[in-house]
Amino acid sequence: MSINMTILLILAGCAVVTWIPRVAPFLIVRNLQLPDVVMKWLSFIPICILTALIAGSVIDNSGAATLPAINWQVLAALIPTLFVALWTKSLLATVIFGIVVMAALRNFV
Amino acid sequence: MEAAEESSLTFHQGVKDCIPTLLGYISIGFAAGMIGVASGLSVMEIAFMAVFVYAGAAQFIICGMIAAGSPASAIIFTTFIVNLRHFLLSATLAPHFSNYSLWKNAGIGTLVTDESFGVAAGRIFNGRPVNDRWMNGLNLTAYTTWIASCVVGALLGRWVADPEKFGLDFALTAMFIALLVLQIESIKASKLKHYLMLIFLMVAAMYLFSAFVSVDLAVILSTMIVATIGVVTSK
Repeated sequence: MSINMTILLILAGCAVVTWIPRVAPFLIVRNLQLPDVVMKWLSFIPICILTALIAGSVIDNSGAATLPAINWQVLAALIPTLFVALWTKSLLATVIFGIVVMAALRNFV
Repeated sequence: MEAAEESSLTFHQGVKDCIPTLLGYISIGFAAGMIGVASGLSVMEIAFMAVFVYAGAAQFIICGMIAAGSPASAIIFTTFIVNLRHFLLSATLAPHFSNYSLWKNAGIGTLVTDESFGVAAGRIFNGRPVNDRWMNGLNLTAYTTWIASCVVGALLGRWVADPEKFGLDFALTAMFIALLVLQIESIKASKLKHYLMLIFLMVAAMYLFSAFVSVDLAVILSTMIVATIGVVTSK
């Protein structure tokens, strides 16, 4: 059980820069009534950001090519997982299915 | 009636509403702990990270960068970019908690995650109320499960050479898929076409922006632009 001081400072820095964007809106919004158009804009955030996070898991822009590459393995797991989510409407079933499909793809394909 | 539902909403109900997401936290926490050990971090350091950073994707990236010997400034800046999306999540939730004290707001904001946001936004989206007790039940259940899972993952990590083989990391994406489907399900038929168009635009925007900036920055830019398009094209 050891703690390296440099690592601890890096993690502390990471904690601070993670915490500020999380908490700032909660402190700002208390003192100000947001206009309707902003509220409307915020109502689109859930669908947009969840789509972005899913799309981001398929996109691989680490290569040198001009256009990002597609991670076919993730896409191959994603499509059946999407159908299971639509079919079951269950978080738990979707997550279990997703893990099993991904494990199968990595071990047997 | 909605006010009655709000005042009767308990901490316990928040805990219960968190349960469907727990498998996601557990599997991703295991993977994060295992990868932490593989990156040369001690169990204590992994626990520290789970307690104070508390962010799935970022923890993976931090481990990878520490293992690669990246400079501290680069690791901290990357973490900032990866976690900047929380600003949008918190900004979406915050107006629904503005009646509570500063400390309560700080407490709720500190523990906002993609998943707790997904559950809370799903409720709000469906026109159902939320309150402080419920949100704390949701957040604290997720938080304690996450810390425990990271630590157990770190302890298990000594025996597991290749955690990716178990597909645990995909739990994150699978959970986002389920949360998205649950959101779409609640959209009225008349608005469905509009939302499907926005989803299509999001995918296109993500691909295009990823050609120029990091995927994490693309998440933030695409979301801000497409949400704006959503406002302009709605009705």
